[in-house]
Amino acid sequence: MDWSHSLRLIAPEETLSIAGLILLLLAAWGGDKASRLISILAVAALVGATALVAPALCGGAMGADTSAFFGQFRADAFSSYAKILIYLSAAVTLVVAPAFFERTAAMRAEFPVLIVFAALGSGMMVSASDLLTLYVGLEMNSLAAYVLAAFVRTDGRSAEAGLKYFVLGALASGILLFGMSLTYGFTGTTSFDGINAALAGGLSNGAVFGIVFMLAGLAFKISAVPFHMWTPDVYEGAPTPVTTFFATSGKVAAVGLTMRVLLDAFGDQAAAWRQIIVFIALASIIVGALGAIGQKNIKRLMAYSSINNVGFILVGLATANVQGASAMLFYMALYVAMSLGGFVAILMLKDEAGRPVEDIQSLGGLSRTRPGLALALAIVMFSLAGIPPLFGFWGKFLVFQAAVEADLMALAFIGFAASVIGAFYYLKVVKIIYFDEPVNAVTGESDVWHKAILVVTCLIMSPLGYLLTRWLSGLTDTAATALFFTS
Amino acid sequence: MIHVIAFYLFAVLTIASGAVTILARNPVHSVLWLILAFFNAAGLMVLTGAEFIAMLLVIVYVGAVAVLFLFVVMMLDIDFASLRAGFVRYFPFGALVAIVLLAEIVLGIGAYRAGALELGSPDGTAATPAGASNIEAVGGLLYSRYLFLFEAAGIVLLVAMIGAIVLTHRQRTDTRGQNIRKQNMRRPGDATVNVKPEVGKGVQL
Repeated sequence: MDWSHSLRLIAPEETLSIAGLILLLLAAWGGDKASRLISILAVAALVGATALVAPALCGGAMGADTSAFFGQFRADAFSSYAKILIYLSAAVTLVVAPAFFERTAAMRAEFPVLIVFAALGSGMMVSASDLLTLYVGLEMNSLAAYVLAAFVRTDGRSAEAGLKYFVLGALASGILLFGMSLTYGFTGTTSFDGINAALAGGLSNGAVFGIVFMLAGLAFKISAVPFHMWTPDVYEGAPTPVTTFFATSGKVAAVGLTMRVLLDAFGDQAAAWRQIIVFIALASIIVGALGAIGQKNIKRLMAYSSINNVGFILVGLATANVQGASAMLFYMALYVAMSLGGFVAILMLKDEAGRPVEDIQSLGGLSRTRPGLALALAIVMFSLAGIPPLFGFWGKFLVFQAAVEADLMALAFIGFAASVIGAFYYLKVVKIIYFDEPVNAVTGESDVWHKAILVVTCLIMSPLGYLLTRWLSGLTDTAATALFFTS
Repeated sequence: MIHVIAFYLFAVLTIASGAVTILARNPVHSVLWLILAFFNAAGLMVLTGAEFIAMLLVIVYVGAVAVLFLFVVMMLDIDFASLRAGFVRYFPFGALVAIVLLAEIVLGIGAYRAGALELGSPDGTAATPAGASNIEAVGGLLYSRYLFLFEAAGIVLLVAMIGAIVLTHRQRTDTRGQNIRKQNMRRPGDATVNVKPEVGKGVQL
């Protein structure tokens, strides 16, 4: 093993950790007054790290050359694709956060530092090719996430969200660790390649238990049914920029990690875990759709929407082939764009004093008072519902196409039917915005950065997004091929 | 033979005390059972020849549990007088626990002297290098093969520390701190004023 080769492969991680440490010193000396400067530097570090990982994706890096530190870390095209999404959404979170915290003066210099470390942990998760890397990355991301959820100490809901997330997250980590120790016990190794080789002769009962427990822990992290109960509470209670971060960067990291574990370590045992994934996917789609109907808070609605969307993403995983993985990656990029757009629009819903408006009924007649914002929300909702002219449709189409071609007809059919149920609550929001009497609750002015990001994400979601299809599916195909190359 | 007896003794006691940890109604009792579970787990580690991890379990976990114990005692309203009341009644049980622990120590040492327990056959990665002690082997791996994860774990701890500070530290404005520089800069002339109030007018400050 060549140290310099390994160190070159983890250049983005080095950049982020050194940047994080320097920013921490700045935060310690500069205090909360320096938080704007620290945010700008953190965004620069994240964009720099994105630039460092991009060549691996464009060059289609895969195979033994991408493996670092005795096979514990893999910097291939797949990890590069996921990291670009993670780092960019973390950067967007940092851009939109200051305006939100301004009103309550809750911005602290540690916020950007924690976001940088959380992004670092997420990057390690999607690069993991060893159970130890998986766990260390996951904990780095989770610990930062618990603190971020409870970041506004003066707000009782935020503290509740942080505590709930922490207790349930610790439980999920315990279950995951138990599954990992069973897997290690029955295969004798922690490396994904080693596990794959050890299981080649067939699965013992103990190894099946290992897979099931690991899946339970991972399902918690991606907030899939039946481990989804924390999601609405945490999404509602956490400060909105932090919710944005969870729904984009955290989700990509957890889904990427699940793909790595199932398609790499247990890649040849698809028969053992496929039925679990099919169940989780369908349950997430249905519970996400039905649970959202009764919601009165728009952030809770988005939380159920994220459960629903994770179900669609997992439909691609059930196929366990390159086409399905590629469809998942495509859907994930779209979902990141839709979530960013959705949460930035929610950030812009505020009253005269700048207090956030989260009640769905208060959006009544928004189209007459704020036509631009209303149009953006409508685009987000239609796109999340997957209604054809918008780009969100294409993601759903790809995963269902992959499922049909893998002969999972029942899964595709039930998923498709449930997506129609899901469309109901998205359309309800649009109806309130466009056809109800004006309530005039949303009167506050928004930051120019919010508007800029909303315009960009809406352009991606609009039919213009189809211009990206060719380029994006080229990238996802490369990334998915890299994921399957070693297994 | 002594290996097998010692193994089953430690294993059964670990699981039993783990179960009682959950079932005990009194949190203080729970903590004590937890300590027993850790001691027995350490015994299992000694049996497999991992002395370093055994010591680590005892030092780290029992130490941590002692701190936890203090927290429990501080935060919960427990009447210690009533806990102490049944000393004579519970003495036989306490003596039994002590005898079991003594037997464990004797058996454990005996089994350890007889050589490590063979649990399967360690392959190249799991076997201790010949001639190296446990600590050397762990350290050798930690700083070479697992260097990346070791550094990453350091960052995890750093994040935990930042988190604890962010969530608990705050600048209080309603308390007055001591500013030593300001105190030293102060001159007697600024601190005291001579006034000559007129009769009947009072003092104006």
